[in-house]
Amino acid sequence: MRRHWRRHALPGFGLTMGLCLSYLFLIVLIPLAALALKSATLNPAQFWQAVATPRALASYRVTFGCAALAGAINLVLGPLLAWVLVRYRFPGRKLVDALVDLPFALPTAVAGITLTALYASNGPLGRWLEAAGWKVAYTPSGITIALVFVSLPFLVRSVQPVLEQLEPDVEEAAATLGAGRLTTIRRVILPTLWPAILTGFALAFARAIGEYGSVIFIAGNMPMVSEISPLLIVSKLDQHDDAGATAIAVVLLLVSFLALAAINLLQLWTVRRRSTEAR
Amino acid sequence: MSAARKPSSALRDPRWLRWSLLGVALLFVGLFLVLPLLAVFGYAFEKGWGVYRAALVDEDARAAIRLTLLVAAIAVPANTIFGVAAAWLVTRYSFRGKGLLVSLIDLPFAVSPVVAGLVYVLLFGAQGLLGPWLAAHDIKIIFAVPGIVLATTFVTFPFVARELIPLMQAQGSDQEQAAITLGASGWSMFWRVTLPKIGWGLLYGVILCNARAIGEFGAVSVVSGHVRGLTNTMPLHVEILYNEYNGTAAFAVASLLALIALLTLLLKQVAGWRMHREAATEDAA
Repeated sequence: MRRHWRRHALPGFGLTMGLCLSYLFLIVLIPLAALALKSATLNPAQFWQAVATPRALASYRVTFGCAALAGAINLVLGPLLAWVLVRYRFPGRKLVDALVDLPFALPTAVAGITLTALYASNGPLGRWLEAAGWKVAYTPSGITIALVFVSLPFLVRSVQPVLEQLEPDVEEAAATLGAGRLTTIRRVILPTLWPAILTGFALAFARAIGEYGSVIFIAGNMPMVSEISPLLIVSKLDQHDDAGATAIAVVLLLVSFLALAAINLLQLWTVRRRSTEAR
Repeated sequence: MSAARKPSSALRDPRWLRWSLLGVALLFVGLFLVLPLLAVFGYAFEKGWGVYRAALVDEDARAAIRLTLLVAAIAVPANTIFGVAAAWLVTRYSFRGKGLLVSLIDLPFAVSPVVAGLVYVLLFGAQGLLGPWLAAHDIKIIFAVPGIVLATTFVTFPFVARELIPLMQAQGSDQEQAAITLGASGWSMFWRVTLPKIGWGLLYGVILCNARAIGEFGAVSVVSGHVRGLTNTMPLHVEILYNEYNGTAAFAVASLLALIALLTLLLKQVAGWRMHREAATEDAA
């Protein structure tokens, strides 16, 4: 293939390379470099002071905790939904399948005000939950609900194609050998799904820790209790503390890079394991 | 694929398992997806058609709609041109640093929308790197329309490229090679061979890019300054109305956004379906 290209080089290399690099630098890389430059104006002690205030630490706890909890809920319900969509036939399946992408398509502010209205103490869901002693709106529970909504498609969409490609032979073999259906699911199907499930979880987590629009309406935004880190960045900016805002932004960026780097490692590991199995 | 294959009885879940999994899944979808979607329209029409209409023909609402359309009309085509160029570059040539380039294209997805807004404030804001120079030349970017366009472009940057790269990789370049060998110019090869081949995939990416551009909140909120009638996009207008305890009006504007989201899902479904069908006929040929 590669040799073929060299013989008849397709036109446009210079044009597309020039266009891509200049656009990438202008829109993404130079602005992100501003973030690095700004945080470099702080010395390590100042940086530490900005990222480790009690209020900032509390915001990380809320942000990462709620994002992880929402991811964990979707970790169970997302693959379950994917399984139902791939394996079962029921009326309205195509509609449900299309609706899974709703959180990608619906503006986050719309999701935010709607979930708040539903879960507020006078809302149709909030009224019941509050009577049962569970206050959702304006607490970390509300943040978690919003993040479950936002990160739901990631888990479903990363598992679904793997389930569709799954060969029936192994399942049939397991059944022939006398394994019950649950054992087959647990011992045969789940292990092949794990890489996709974890990839979906990491994507969902990375998205959830940066989420702003769907969360701020339902969160209550009380410092130390229900204030997420992205909101803390905004309030520092409002107080013209650009350096403080930048320091917290750097923490958020690092955590989401770590989550995404973990996916890449995982994919590398899966590919390697597959190739040794093939041998 | 799996739909065509009739599952043998060994592959079927026992009845009790099927019903309980289906029940949990539908309850989850109903509670988390269907109910919020219906609620948007329910709250919007709570006080009747007159109030709904008034919220939408309001001067500030109309200004917000105009601004949102303007921003999308700049950011989406810009990212589309970039996406096609990037996909062509990545799938048709081999060069050093290609893996890095692909990761950098995806970079905006790893950045919180709020941080996306912040970086432009650090660059163009009053205390920003270029702030004094911009002030001296009387150019306003932050708290003005250019900042909103830039922040939106940043968050929607990867969408088109991300859809096209795997598609063009899978399609290969044989037909383009043939066109060039037969003497076609680069542009006529692009318009007559490449574009028809990637059409539905391109549409798919553009739809997703557009949905995000219209609905973006966090990044735009940071750079907008929330000046009514001037720098308010539709999602920001929803926020202002909601915070002023004007819930019905907020939901009325939100219902427009929800309609766009539904249209997005529909178009996306059609484009995805056409894309798969084309890939399937190509495999069969």
